[in-house]
Amino acid sequence: MEHYLNLLIRSIFIENMALAFFLGMCTFLAVSKKVDTAIGLGIAVVVVQTITVPVNNLIYKFFLKEGALAWLGLEGTNLTFIGLICYIGVIAAMVQLLEMVLDRFFPSLYNSLGIFLPLITVNCAILGGSLFMVERDYNFSESIVFGFGSGLGWALALVALAGIREKMKYSDVPVGLRGLGITFMIAGLMAMAFMAFSGIQL
Amino acid sequence: MSQAKDVLLNPLFEKNPIGLQILGICSALAVTSKLETVIVMSLAVTFVIACSNFSVSLIRQQIPGSIRIIVQITIIATLVIIVDQFLKAYAFSVSKQLSVFVGLIITNCIVLGRAEAFAMKNPPGLSFLDGIGNGLGYSLVLLLVAFFRELLGAGKLLGVTILPTVSDGGWYQPNGLMLLPPSAFFIIGLLIWALRTWKTDQVEMEN
Repeated sequence: MEHYLNLLIRSIFIENMALAFFLGMCTFLAVSKKVDTAIGLGIAVVVVQTITVPVNNLIYKFFLKEGALAWLGLEGTNLTFIGLICYIGVIAAMVQLLEMVLDRFFPSLYNSLGIFLPLITVNCAILGGSLFMVERDYNFSESIVFGFGSGLGWALALVALAGIREKMKYSDVPVGLRGLGITFMIAGLMAMAFMAFSGIQL
Repeated sequence: MSQAKDVLLNPLFEKNPIGLQILGICSALAVTSKLETVIVMSLAVTFVIACSNFSVSLIRQQIPGSIRIIVQITIIATLVIIVDQFLKAYAFSVSKQLSVFVGLIITNCIVLGRAEAFAMKNPPGLSFLDGIGNGLGYSLVLLLVAFFRELLGAGKLLGVTILPTVSDGGWYQPNGLMLLPPSAFFIIGLLIWALRTWKTDQVEMEN
């Protein structure tokens, strides 16, 4: 149990997807103008991440890994090279599925997420989560915890940045730095704050 | 011919994918602590953009509109797998350092963005040049960031000592912050500031 708690804390704070690995930066910078939309997108990312990482974990373990096809009677196959296409396929399919489920059962949430759902497919934090899962060789239950934690960490960073950016309208920013430039600076300062977590040994 | 030149050179300063369009930033930040990895990454990304633009443009008349994203992603993923396997075979140590970021070229928005915005509407030759141009624009920013980070952070360029550090008996006190992730944000922020002071029409309006 303690092991999973450690993994959760680590994936949320210490190895924060957005601020320590710079994953999902494009959306991170583009969709952080308002807190409301940031929260919506954050929730969507947590949900998609919690589903896709474990599913990709199963695919990796039972189809792609070296010798994984032994249960089909095919010894010594190694399909890891085709992994990238499989993961992105799973992600695209999951996002599509989630979109249909939300549309059918939770229309209000579906409307508020709107265009963000399809955008999640090309969010590198999602694909990055699956790739880290493979690289670090997580098992199934670890991958659920990691998927949830990394999604939550990303959402947390996004909402925090949006909160700061909303207050930015009261500041007098140099002309050339307005918009994207100052956002980079804020994200840099936030990343420095998050670096403080990296000293924690779990 | 002038159109080809525009397509090739505009993305360098006028419409830089990172500086103006906020595309492809993730990998731009994560791999830039060393110049060597950046050169490999830039070549890989330029190759993937150019080839994906070319292939998408070749079949742009045949792709049904409703499934075009999936078709584009599949083309891009295939190209990235080729690059990934190539790096594992011929530059294994660099490919280990880049870890997941080679795979993440798939979700690099520059690639998909150019396929969708340019290659779907233009002939193959021009799309290929547009891909090269955007690849170069991306590489330019990455190289600049990595140059500052490696020089100020470790006193080296491509592993060759430029500023002898104090720990090696030299005079330069290295700035450890430059090797940590946050410095990449600051350097790109400053680059954007410089670019927008030079090209004032890129300044964002107050909203």
